[in-house]
Amino acid sequence: MDSKGGGTEAQKFVWEGAIPLQIHLHDSEVTTLPNPPPALILAPRLGYLPLLVPKIKPFFSNSLPPGVDTVWFEYKGLPLKWYIPTGVLFDLLCAEAERPWNLTVHFRGYPGNILTPCEGVDSVKWSFINALKEAAYIINGNCKNIMNMSQSDQADLWHSVLNGNMEAYLRVSSKLKLGTIGDDYSLKLNSTSKSRQRTSDTDATAPIRTGRIPVRLYIRSINEDIDDLEDAPIVDSWDKISYINRPVEIWGEGKCFTLYNAVKALLPELFADKHLLTDNVSKAEMEDGQQSEEISSLRSPEEGGETSTEHAGSPLDTAEIKFLRIQGIEPKMEIPFGWVVNNLMNPEHYLHICVYIKVVEPITI
Amino acid sequence: MISISSWDGTLSAAEFYVAACAFSELWKKFNLALPQWSWIPSSKRPGIPFNHVEGYLSMENVILPSFEQEDYQGDDLMEKEEYSCSNVDEFIDDAILVQNYCHEVNHYDFHIVYSTSYRVPVLYFRAYRSDGQTLLSDKIEKDIPPNSAKLLTKSKWTFITQEDHPQLNRPWYTLHPCGTTDWMKLLLTNEDSVGQDEVASEKYLVSWFSVVGQVFGLKIPFEMLGNIGTL
Repeated sequence: MDSKGGGTEAQKFVWEGAIPLQIHLHDSEVTTLPNPPPALILAPRLGYLPLLVPKIKPFFSNSLPPGVDTVWFEYKGLPLKWYIPTGVLFDLLCAEAERPWNLTVHFRGYPGNILTPCEGVDSVKWSFINALKEAAYIINGNCKNIMNMSQSDQADLWHSVLNGNMEAYLRVSSKLKLGTIGDDYSLKLNSTSKSRQRTSDTDATAPIRTGRIPVRLYIRSINEDIDDLEDAPIVDSWDKISYINRPVEIWGEGKCFTLYNAVKALLPELFADKHLLTDNVSKAEMEDGQQSEEISSLRSPEEGGETSTEHAGSPLDTAEIKFLRIQGIEPKMEIPFGWVVNNLMNPEHYLHICVYIKVVEPITI
Repeated sequence: MISISSWDGTLSAAEFYVAACAFSELWKKFNLALPQWSWIPSSKRPGIPFNHVEGYLSMENVILPSFEQEDYQGDDLMEKEEYSCSNVDEFIDDAILVQNYCHEVNHYDFHIVYSTSYRVPVLYFRAYRSDGQTLLSDKIEKDIPPNSAKLLTKSKWTFITQEDHPQLNRPWYTLHPCGTTDWMKLLLTNEDSVGQDEVASEKYLVSWFSVVGQVFGLKIPFEMLGNIGTL
């Protein structure tokens, strides 16, 4: 958990993560023959689509009709929200990973009734800073440390994100005193004696903290029983995605707070007590070497051993989690949440989680 | 009840619901020349029936009052003539909010949504013409008091921004919540409440709106603020 110097192995993977994109100019904006070929570009997971515009515009500028540029991206008819990190958009909208990811770019006709305005790099920068302020607020109860950043630190922070430079980012962000996550469990292991309370003071070393964690959850419902993710119905409207921007409060004395605990805190209805009955059955299945189909809310990692908890729920529910994705991976639910946050969070200190749920019954209102 | 001495200016989701009910009741009681507030229950979670206490406050189809003479700096007076009818002056009264009966009337929808990140209410609004067409900031600037309009253009990213409405998932304008706790703390702990060491959550939204409403020239009658005790 050494955040000084190079960062952890996992953090390196996350910062180096990128999605290969194949970007096509929308037909209505092609004024030359033949059609310009698509632009091929590697988009950093932690970055944002509008930041790619300077690199892709040269591919298309000859073809564009006259007018002012108002750039927006679209995937299979869905205008893409530019303030969501590229990696999250990919994890959420491509049930089955599509490589390269085929996107359409528009330079005209901005859908202002669906997308908030984006005026280029500045908009993305301010959206990032506002998200960082919100995260600081959640963590510390105020965003003083962000407001008080020197101009040069702010510039360094933003540039480290723009350029995908993890070392530079870690150097500047450590000054923000947003801390790393610990809990009683890992504290006992590490035998440090840092206080458990939320810190807003300015001690020299990065504080270990419990308390509130910034999380953004994106829920995609798949109403049908599908075996192959490729057959998942495409998302043609943002109304089909539930977005929950809600902090997770870490709790628990002497027990490890896991990813499972965190998701349960955000979506309690998907984890009702039905599992009590299936506890023994699951254990037996596990001993047979089969994957458990159930999550036990009573079993902690110490007792349960290898519980693969990628599938949850019972037929009695109206909805169940099929799987979840963070930075393109499907982490096991019993991983300590602190580890997940410290290693897989985005530079604005938010952990973005894509959850795929299966709704068994039709939604009635 | 919240203890004043340790209060940080925030409120919980449950307290927000209490405050929202109290606020809309009081608003109804005072019968201002403005639409009522309604509570819109909602849930973000698919397939799950919602809990009535989760939701937001909505006041829609508001026509902003025209400004009183003394709020104006010289230059803007000419512009005002363009937008208001000549007989509006007869109806200006400090305690009553005036409706602008002219041809070019803009409508505003206001939503008060609880933010779990900031733990305070946040105002979302949208503006549209009588025919339903959405208005952008250049038009909104003309409807709001000059000081607000200045802030709208100067602090583009920090004061009034466009964000996705957290419940409706469409771009709405919003007043950035950063700083709310600071002025709420000042507001509610400096009141004439000697001997009172608790803050009633019922008071929260009335006090909050007395500040936030000013951005749009919506002033809460003084009596409304003092009236909480009678709830």
